Amino acid sequence: MLEIKNLHARVAEEGTEILKGVDLTVQDGEVAAIMGPNGSGKSTLSYILSGRDDYEVTEGDILYNGESILEMDPAERAASGVFLAFQYPLEIPGVATMTFLKTAMNAQRKARGEAELMTPEFIRRVKASAAELKIDMEMLKRPLNVGFSGGEKKRAEILQMALLEPKLCVMDETDSGLDIDALKIVADGVNALRSAERSFLVITHYQRLLDYIVPDTVHVLYKGRIIKSGTKDLALQLENEGYAQIIGEAA
Amino acid sequence: MSVTELRPRTPAETALVQLAEAAGSDEDARRGAIEALRREGLPHRRVEAWHYTDLRGLMGRRLGKGEAVEAIAANAPGDTGSVLSPLVAGSTVVDLDMAENANAPAGVTIAASSDLADWHESPNHLDRPVDTVRLVNAAFGARAATITVAEKADLTAPVELRSGIGAKAHSAVKVNVGGGAKAVFVERIEGSGSPAPSSAVSHLTIGDGAEVLWVIDQAKDETAAHLGQLNVSVGADATFKLFLLNAGGSLVRQEVHVVTAGEGSEIVMRGVNLLKTEQHVDVTTTLRHTFANTTATETFRNVLMGGHGVFQGMIKVAREAQKTDAKMACNTLLLSEDGDFSAKPELEIFADDVQCGHGATAGEINPDHLFYLMSRGIPGPQAKALLVKAFVDELVEELEVEEALGAALTAKIDAWLDASH
Repeated sequence: MLEIKNLHARVAEEGTEILKGVDLTVQDGEVAAIMGPNGSGKSTLSYILSGRDDYEVTEGDILYNGESILEMDPAERAASGVFLAFQYPLEIPGVATMTFLKTAMNAQRKARGEAELMTPEFIRRVKASAAELKIDMEMLKRPLNVGFSGGEKKRAEILQMALLEPKLCVMDETDSGLDIDALKIVADGVNALRSAERSFLVITHYQRLLDYIVPDTVHVLYKGRIIKSGTKDLALQLENEGYAQIIGEAA
Repeated sequence: MSVTELRPRTPAETALVQLAEAAGSDEDARRGAIEALRREGLPHRRVEAWHYTDLRGLMGRRLGKGEAVEAIAANAPGDTGSVLSPLVAGSTVVDLDMAENANAPAGVTIAASSDLADWHESPNHLDRPVDTVRLVNAAFGARAATITVAEKADLTAPVELRSGIGAKAHSAVKVNVGGGAKAVFVERIEGSGSPAPSSAVSHLTIGDGAEVLWVIDQAKDETAAHLGQLNVSVGADATFKLFLLNAGGSLVRQEVHVVTAGEGSEIVMRGVNLLKTEQHVDVTTTLRHTFANTTATETFRNVLMGGHGVFQGMIKVAREAQKTDAKMACNTLLLSEDGDFSAKPELEIFADDVQCGHGATAGEINPDHLFYLMSRGIPGPQAKALLVKAFVDELVEELEVEEALGAALTAKIDAWLDASH
């Protein structure tokens, strides 16, 4: 599914190098967790995967289903199946949520050469997914994310993910700002989407999320490199011992 | 020989006077205005109220020359009326060069009049001793009309006001809305390029407790010049809402001057200016709070693919106008390096217990918003269009107008955006 090879990247404007040779492979159907202390490059990695042009790749490559995606813009990556669930979903005044959802779904379908969704079918899909995530349809009448609580924003991200049916889901600190009930709803939503054809890259600070979204592999990102990989037990070890031990071993 | 001839006229000023003289046969009614126009000429950048819209310089290339004067003279007596379909189905359409009471709905009377706006004084506090917009309006022999809405009348459909075309594209309308009445007026300012500017001067008097929405739909041809002025008096506990859409014209100045006439009046002004190529569009407003407990919100949003935009907004709060709550904002989206925008907000406050504020912003599309939309698979150009539309549509939503009218205004904005990116 995803193969990141010796990826070096820097902030385009000021040139600060953030990623310093990331190597990571995610198989089809795999849920890979990326953990690491603040400032290790986790969010940068998620932005670079989705094609944000604030960052510049200086070395290495990202292969998605065997092909480099570095030349693709964010919309092209999305249409090919890459989805980023934002740590801080943006409020966009004036853009109605339903209009946005329909525009995004049909833009992706168009890019893939599929027929556009008609309104009744679109509404049916939104209602079904919203019900599972306990999202009130009234909320979707508002402008995109405007006035949504932190938990509502995160659920809206998962709603988008469910509707867009991506193949590679990158989740940036989806647990931040969620209380335990909201966390369970979000995790259930994610688990419902797990399949042999869909992979997840779950970025998180805390092991807590991984109690609910149980990963196949865990990778520790530190100072722009993966310094240790393991099974879900690695997350438990981090929870108990902190990062210092592993950082010490890698140094 | 006149001793008041202080400086030579520019070709534009000479042409404008010739065009005004040619514009009709009822010379006497407007001779004074033509003389004043000849004497005062056009304002220029050293006249503070026209600093960003130097009419003397800008009007020249928008005016017809020699043969145009003949054409307008030949055309003047019997122009055919403009053919405009109503903005909203079911509207009452009133041609301002019309017969009396034509099309008047119940509760409304319409009368032709000879009552032109007084150009000897200007509502622009920084203008010359004459008012330029009113002067041009009178010099070209504006068709004057008085429209009266009866007390407590509740007009279900909008009243659309249309100017004539050519030499008749000058209107001076006085609208009196009785206490407790509800009405919607739509000024339709359309029409192809003419060798002379068009003008519209309106006086709207809103009685106590009445509610009026006034829409100015300016969609002149891209070669046309237009000068507009709306003067509003808002009675006690009355509501005045404005929606101004500038989506056309080559040289446009639209002034809106509002004064409160009683406590508790509410003023809601929204405007969208859409500019491209070489357009010059100026919106100049004054809000005068002269009674206690009045509120005003004024927001203009501008989208520039080119051209020059101007916003001048003045809020004056008199000493006795305590508890005034007035806010003004002017936000500009610059989508091309060919466009520029000048904003001049002014506050003049003499009361000590008020809330007043203003803000002006100018910038490009928010890159975070753009990235968010693109990350969902919406291609760049489509995502940008969505964000630009959101930026201006929001103002239509804030107005909370009837659905059909809101949809018609949004459709006008969309048509411009679709044709311009």
